[in-house]
Amino acid sequence: MAITRLWDLSASIPSYTVLCRRGNLSQKKYEAKFSVPPTDIVQSHPDLITCVKTGTITPPPFVFARFMATKTNFRSERPLYPSNEFNFRKQRAATVQALETMPTRMPPVKAKMIAGTAPGQAQKLTAPKPPKGFIKKKEEDDSTDLGDGAEEWSQPKALTKPPDQLQLTEAELKEEFTRILTANNPHAPQNIVRYSFKERTYKPISAVDQLAVHFSLDGNMLHKDSDEARRQQARIGVVENSTRKEPAAPEASEKNEGEEARADSSAAGEEGAGGEEMTTRSKKERKLTNQFNYSERASQTFNNPLRERASQTEPPPRATFSSTANQWEIYDAYIQELQKQEKLKEKQKTSITKKDDDPRRKLPSADSQSDDIGKVSKSSKIVERMVNQNTFDDVTQDFKYFEDVSDEFRDQEGTLLPLWKFQYDKAKRLAVTALCWNPKYPDLFAVGHGSYDFTNQHHGMLLLYSLKNPSFPEYIFNTESGIMCLDIHREHPYLLAVGFYDGNVAIYNLKTATTHPNFMSSAKSGKHTNPVWQVKWQKDDMDKNLNLFSVSSDGRVVSWTLVKNELFHTDVIRLSLEGSAPEGPEGAQPHATGCGTSFDFHRQIDYLFLVGTEEGKIHKCSKAYSSQFLDTFDAHNMTVDAVRWNPFHPKVFISCSSDWSVKIWEHNVKTPMFVFDLNAAVGDVAWAPYSSTIFAAVTTDGKVHVFDLSVNKYEAICQQAVVSKKKMKLTHIEFNPLHPVLIVGDDRGHVISLKLSPNLRKLPKINGSFCSIFRHVTRERLCVRHLSGTQCGARPFIPRTAGVWMRGVM
Amino acid sequence: MADPGEGKKEEADYKRMHSFPLIRHTDMPEEMRVETMELCVTACEKFASNNESAAKMIKETMDKKFGSSWHVVIGEGFGFEITHEVKNLLYMFFGGSLAICVWKCS
Repeated sequence: MAITRLWDLSASIPSYTVLCRRGNLSQKKYEAKFSVPPTDIVQSHPDLITCVKTGTITPPPFVFARFMATKTNFRSERPLYPSNEFNFRKQRAATVQALETMPTRMPPVKAKMIAGTAPGQAQKLTAPKPPKGFIKKKEEDDSTDLGDGAEEWSQPKALTKPPDQLQLTEAELKEEFTRILTANNPHAPQNIVRYSFKERTYKPISAVDQLAVHFSLDGNMLHKDSDEARRQQARIGVVENSTRKEPAAPEASEKNEGEEARADSSAAGEEGAGGEEMTTRSKKERKLTNQFNYSERASQTFNNPLRERASQTEPPPRATFSSTANQWEIYDAYIQELQKQEKLKEKQKTSITKKDDDPRRKLPSADSQSDDIGKVSKSSKIVERMVNQNTFDDVTQDFKYFEDVSDEFRDQEGTLLPLWKFQYDKAKRLAVTALCWNPKYPDLFAVGHGSYDFTNQHHGMLLLYSLKNPSFPEYIFNTESGIMCLDIHREHPYLLAVGFYDGNVAIYNLKTATTHPNFMSSAKSGKHTNPVWQVKWQKDDMDKNLNLFSVSSDGRVVSWTLVKNELFHTDVIRLSLEGSAPEGPEGAQPHATGCGTSFDFHRQIDYLFLVGTEEGKIHKCSKAYSSQFLDTFDAHNMTVDAVRWNPFHPKVFISCSSDWSVKIWEHNVKTPMFVFDLNAAVGDVAWAPYSSTIFAAVTTDGKVHVFDLSVNKYEAICQQAVVSKKKMKLTHIEFNPLHPVLIVGDDRGHVISLKLSPNLRKLPKINGSFCSIFRHVTRERLCVRHLSGTQCGARPFIPRTAGVWMRGVM
Repeated sequence: MADPGEGKKEEADYKRMHSFPLIRHTDMPEEMRVETMELCVTACEKFASNNESAAKMIKETMDKKFGSSWHVVIGEGFGFEITHEVKNLLYMFFGGSLAICVWKCS
């Protein structure tokens, strides 16, 4: 394939012809003319040639002609021949037309190709025209083309004309342009001279290269008439003949051909002869390959399809191993092995080590198994949560969106909506003895299991649940002794302090995957001699050591500090029955000590804390004095189960007891401000984190009581049985720090989460705040002078977490 | 050294004593290891004089049982450094003088 350029000298303006030939330039394949010199001629497709004019008009290069290569002439070229001037518009029109008509011609061309099969044959079709020279033929083409072409491929097709196509009259269309094309470039210099050394003169060079080759592409095949093809044919013919003669069929190759022709015409020949014919024909039609540009199909390798990286899997892991094997190594190995075996035998004879071996063998396998599970633990956890979300979808929706509509009509009372119930099979028989929300993750809470039945004490369990997975605990720790209390550190929410029934205090670190406590007190390091009733984290001490407090019924309040992985204890106070007179005779009478059951530290005044005792007293103590109480309240007639400072008001605390009562105190006043009788032993009481006037209590008859002092100072605004009265007792209650949810624990190991209805979580109005109520109550009932407003104002207390209502009152 | 008869006896003793398969290195799982070892023993006993056929038999059987691209080397003395798929390598001695290395790598 080659595209060359010819110049039309007869036209008044230069006209250019692009000639495409196939093979050895002897035969013209197609040509096209342009009035502008095409600077780029590209053959983008075997059947398509694009001439691009690049020049000053660019960018972008604009295509000004595109034509089919298979067609001998280019009909729509007529507008490309303006009579004497180059008209850009005309040219455009022609281009458009050419482009549009092209696809319609495609199918017939294809059909023709298929019919023709071999390129040689296709060429033959064009051959009848006298192959004298393309110039003459070109002239013919201009006139005969329309008729010829229409007959062949576009008879039924109407040309679609673009609207801006030039309207030419019939005469104009029929007008003939005669031109003589020459292969000589008119612009080629005629007078090139070169110095001839032989003659010592400048001599004009006669042969100027007139041929401009724009594009050439070597085909895979050779033209039949080319020299190379002839040579190849001759060679093949020779070979063929020689092979033909060998199989005892001494026929001439001509005869063969004759036979073949006959066989072809007579359609069905004899079977044997037909087979022979087939072979001869296949030999005849052997391809004439261009040996430099042809690759056999058989020699082509298979191209692997490209694959997306994302769809590729990871290759299996590999490892390298190297060693050498030779006789002495093999020998040594065997000797070693034999010696080992002998030793083993001896051992077996002497002792019964075999039993010992088995569990050892089993252990590693078990370890590896757990490792395998560890790999999928994260994904399985996610899946577990997804499944739970599905099954508990309604509960989750309630948790998020349900608001009790009936609250509006109930005036002031509210309700509790049970949400999830948390239980764990192995903790079924164990009472919930402690509850604590995680300060960092508001969905996570810790549950301590133990027993309040002191004749039936056994193991305990520490579980951490998440609201996101109500069916199974996130963490499980088994303990030898029952847990009585726990607390989560505020700054390090992964640290859990736990107090046990046997008097020990332990610290669990959730970050380490151990089943045992990370730190634990021991009999040596001053553990309590009675159950630990409450533990509380306190601020780190001055050396930045972790610090926690515990209270036990052995009458001690102990401060524990964690110094270099060891718990050191300091007795903060020893409770004595006689209050502030523990000297002399008290020391001699060990039974006279009090039994602490609960305590709480003041939020602002660092040293101040309260201790509730089994005898029903509440001592106000200071960390500074180990043997003296600041004050003592004769609070209850039975054990003080819980005592808690109000999170907003610095002077108010609440206490509850098994004597059925809940009392609210002002710590400077000896008598309670409020007394509530709940008709059953009160297990626990808790202030709400969102309002200073709301608190909730649980009683052993399975009821939850919620009070809002700004609404009702005498009765609970919600009193709801959560578990069946006969079987189960409620033991503990805790408000979620963020969500309107509280959890209660019972003595069968269940933890129930309850949603507070809107009436139970009203933020108090300014007038309804605790401060004003408190002032009101004090004036009305106590009339104590030192509680006057001036003192309140003297030390204004604005807690960080308190709302504006507090500030307004103060 | 002293007595050729004794030496022979010793040799025979050694051959007898050292005929068991001795695994030098493997990372195969238990079941696969046992199976491969037995296969190696069978092959080496069957083709006691022709290591090549033994290796061929082991390779083909392993290919059938555990998927393609197994490689087997059997010989009395050779060194090697191979890359193998993890959990698919067995290097053992057998018969007192043979080293067999079986691994998979595709």
